[in-house]
Amino acid sequence: MDTNQLEQNFDAKLARNESIEPKDWMPDNYRKHLIRQISQHAHSEIVGMLPEGNWITRAPSLRRKMVLLAKVQDEGGHGLYLYSAAETLNISREELIDQLLTGKAKYSSIFNYPSLTWADIGAIGWLVDGAAIMNQVMLQRTSYGPYARAMVRICKEESFHQRQGYEIMTVLAKGTAEQKAMAQDALNRWWWPSLMMFGPPDEKSPNTANAIKWKIKRETNDELRQKFVNQTFPQADIIGLKLPDPDLKWNESKGGFDFGTPNWEEFYNIIAGNGPCNKARISARTKAHNEGAWVREAANAYAEKKKAVLA
Amino acid sequence: MAQDNQGMLWEVFIQTKPGQPHRHCGSVHGHDRELALQNARDVYTRRNEGTNLWVVPSNLIVASSPEDIGPFFEPANDKVYRHPTFYTIPEGITHM
Ligand SMILES: [Fe+2]
Ligand SMILES: [Fe+2]
Repeated sequence: MDTNQLEQNFDAKLARNESIEPKDWMPDNYRKHLIRQISQHAHSEIVGMLPEGNWITRAPSLRRKMVLLAKVQDEGGHGLYLYSAAETLNISREELIDQLLTGKAKYSSIFNYPSLTWADIGAIGWLVDGAAIMNQVMLQRTSYGPYARAMVRICKEESFHQRQGYEIMTVLAKGTAEQKAMAQDALNRWWWPSLMMFGPPDEKSPNTANAIKWKIKRETNDELRQKFVNQTFPQADIIGLKLPDPDLKWNESKGGFDFGTPNWEEFYNIIAGNGPCNKARISARTKAHNEGAWVREAANAYAEKKKAVLA
Repeated sequence: MAQDNQGMLWEVFIQTKPGQPHRHCGSVHGHDRELALQNARDVYTRRNEGTNLWVVPSNLIVASSPEDIGPFFEPANDKVYRHPTFYTIPEGITHM
């Protein structure tokens, strides 16, 4: 079959909403786009463990500590599902990790903000996981089979993540004046970065057109962002917190909220490596990777020895 | 780039309930079968998703190729008599 025909088959498959599987022919750019997106997603899960990991030892009760540990462990698992999905596109785990540690691959810019107080753990679960879920629910129908299947598993696990965060916020918001102020402060700091998680506005997003054409994404950045604002407003309202946006108001004609513009300059600046925690995050990952080297070496030596015994 | 072998690649299959077929759910790295099985348990069954796990070295799986989908499965196409609807039976017959 010539390339033209293969390409036609590929397009026809997408048109029929059939998933593309690892051994199917696919255009080079589709493969590249997926490797970039899936690995970026995997790295975000792994780096995302750091701001929350920061609070595991200081969780205010044993219950909260158990929950946070389980949540952070899930995120590690999500990273592994996604690395496996990326590997089906012919890139090795070593290469993927190397790209993260050398800064060649990106991860979600939100994890470059510090988690300053216990309320941040509430805000992260509620807003950051909430925004991630919105994106991931859509990705359950993404055109690449292994990615879609990983998303189905991830979405099942995510629902407790958002609830545990919202529960923390609820308790703080109902607590003393200081506790409520702490919750509001965390919301103020995490709100705009959460909106940025959906990516730049559609007209400035270089990858959106292809992602939609290839059915990798089914909704655009702006559509998802709008949904997120609509969904989050009543959640804040019910627990007596205020979204920190003076332009936020209900727009009857579109059946949704109008809202202000995130500070995109800040967003691009963080992506360029200049966020408050970029350096700390990558050095923590590099340290973990290097300090784990002996485990991989020992496992290798063990596998070699076993092979020798069997031979 | 550091050469650190992550171990072989294994495909993971979970049986969700006794009596059900094992279903593919993803893959893991592992240096030998025990480690692969433990890694699969930690990665894929943190919520009692299964009653049984298989791990199979990825390179031992033999798969049909997607390009041959037509000719490969074609022989089944013209054998409609393999389906019960092919047969005419008198009206009023039940349990058949
Ligand atoms: Fe996650
Ligand atoms: Fe999560």
